[in-house]
Amino acid sequence: MRDYEPILLRNVGVPEARTLKGYEARGGYRGIRKALGSSPEQIVEEVKKANLRGRGGAGFPAGLKWSFLPKDRTITYLCVNADESEPPTFSNRLLMENDPHQVLEGAMIAAYATRAQVAYIYMRVEFHEQFHVLQRAVDEAYAAGYLGRRLFGHDFDLQVYIHRGAGAYVCGEETGLIESIEGKRGWPRIKPPFPALEGLFRRPTVVNNVETLANLPHLIERGAAWFTSIGPPHSTGPKLFCISGPVRRPGCYEGPMTITVRDLIERPEFGGGMLPGKRVKMVLPGGVSVGVLTANELDMKMDFADPAKYGLLGLGTAAAVVVDTDTDIRLVLRNLARFYALESCGQCTQCREGTSWMYKIAARIAAGAGRRADLDILEQTARNMGMMPGLSICGLPDGATYPIETLVRKFRSELEELIGQQEPARRDAVLQTVN
Amino acid sequence: MLHTEPERLTQEIRSLGERFGKDRAALIPTLQEIQRRYRGISPLAMQIVADMLDIHPVEVDSVVSFYSFLDAKPKGRYVIRLCRTISCDMQGKERVARQLENDLGITFGQTTADGNFTLEWANCLGMCDQGPALLINEKVYTRVTPEAVHGILEECRQAFGLHALQAEQEHAA
Ligand SMILES: Cc1cc2nc3c(=O)[nH]c(=O)nc-3n(C[C@H](O)[C@H](O)[C@H](O)COP(=O)(O)O)c2cc1C
Ligand code: SF4
Ligand code: FES
Repeated sequence: MRDYEPILLRNVGVPEARTLKGYEARGGYRGIRKALGSSPEQIVEEVKKANLRGRGGAGFPAGLKWSFLPKDRTITYLCVNADESEPPTFSNRLLMENDPHQVLEGAMIAAYATRAQVAYIYMRVEFHEQFHVLQRAVDEAYAAGYLGRRLFGHDFDLQVYIHRGAGAYVCGEETGLIESIEGKRGWPRIKPPFPALEGLFRRPTVVNNVETLANLPHLIERGAAWFTSIGPPHSTGPKLFCISGPVRRPGCYEGPMTITVRDLIERPEFGGGMLPGKRVKMVLPGGVSVGVLTANELDMKMDFADPAKYGLLGLGTAAAVVVDTDTDIRLVLRNLARFYALESCGQCTQCREGTSWMYKIAARIAAGAGRRADLDILEQTARNMGMMPGLSICGLPDGATYPIETLVRKFRSELEELIGQQEPARRDAVLQTVN
Repeated sequence: MLHTEPERLTQEIRSLGERFGKDRAALIPTLQEIQRRYRGISPLAMQIVADMLDIHPVEVDSVVSFYSFLDAKPKGRYVIRLCRTISCDMQGKERVARQLENDLGITFGQTTADGNFTLEWANCLGMCDQGPALLINEKVYTRVTPEAVHGILEECRQAFGLHALQAEQEHAA
């Protein structure tokens, strides 16, 4: 991959690219100009042909999503999902702080293709520097006439607003995000109707992730054939991968979706290998919500198809975290379970109660008071919540169950051994306080 | 002219209405600004916002209670949010947490008696490659060690004089 030329990250480390002039000098705003020479329908077709799949976690094809918009619509909204809250993911952050105009140009192309006249960028409140960088870029674009009315002399108007979140993971879910922009609790909506038919302010709406949009300027400028030449047919185009944990070079890197988890950890241009004395025990390769891999499963490809073969939910956010052999996996289990228990919005019984149960049980195991039956209860609870068995409004509990279920299943004998080593007296003492 | 506290607050919130608009979608930006200025959103402020946007105060309360960056109870001048999710956890957030508690004399979820610091947990801040990470108001600190905690708190304390003065001037204006 040494010969891979970064596309999405090409402006990282080039501070002047943050300005409109600098961005343009480096080839920016060519994609939107080219797009405006075609009809919106042609852009949708091109994006379909390129098979650009959403980078926000679900991998849904962008062009297909756009084509669900009703033909006779008058008002359309675009929501840019910049809520990036999935641990341990930071690729959207990198794009926004280093190359804000690339994100804006992507949003312009998506807005043109979907005939949206207003775009909201929903950004998590924790991103302060990123907010200022992006706001400056928006201001500059308005001043240059690149936003507002009759963009680039075409019959195309676009207003862009940055809407800052207020601290809630579930607002990254597309309908939670919509509710939040409307000024309500970020409670996901029951679907259908999907946002394409009834979204923001009950109007047809498209929600796309920052990285998905950042692909568009390049896809349009160079064409679908170029885009599909990168990566396998089901996972086309450039992709950002994050890696954190005890590796030499934690960070966010770019490559085709042909690399494996091992490449991401080991290769000198990515993670650069484990820190001295550290060995891989477990990897959560796609953000925490897709599930875990054992050290024997590192040949999994970081694409949209392979993760399912390892019992995972999907590629997720393609942000890997490595757990080393010195870490107590009971603490990992507790840490994962706690995240979802805290972030469940509480609308659906199975999710609200299930995530709390799993956390209580995981905390008990971590405190040295686990029972063998607890592992069965965790697995059963995990199987009985989420969108997939049809028991919830949004996908948060699916993301909660995959890491718990795969960890318990793939590391069962180790967990049983740890539970077996507990001192009964201590266990009884802890049980009294935890229950 | 002398104003009572409720009158002053009403005026101030009304002026936010000019800035953010008076439809429902203005609610969160309005609340965020009140939070920033008052470090919390009092029942009175919620009532005034509700009147202005023509919604029930319970609606305002339901939004305030939902989001972790909006609070009914006022926070300290500096809100320290330490990330506790997986990467920061494995990179030693626990030792940083103990040091913070020790230096501030409070536990997580509490505010110091002088109202200067609130200590809270946060979920992933998106700085996982540089953990442990924490956020103090609008500033991110990365690769935080227990040894660095003292200096970080001093930095905040030294900024007090300046910030307090600015806030007073804002109010006087
Ligand atoms: C609980 C939950 C949290 C989510 N958080 C995010 C997020 O932070 N950013 C994001 O882009 N998508 C997030 N998603 C996925 C969105 O619902 C949606 O699929 C995505 O924004 C669509 O954009 P894309 O098609 O370009 O990927 C989340 C989904 C769920 C269920
Ligand atoms: S599944 Fe969970 S997070 Fe999603 S809407 Fe229901 S309670 Fe909320
Ligand atoms: S896990 Fe701490 S910043 Fe992401």
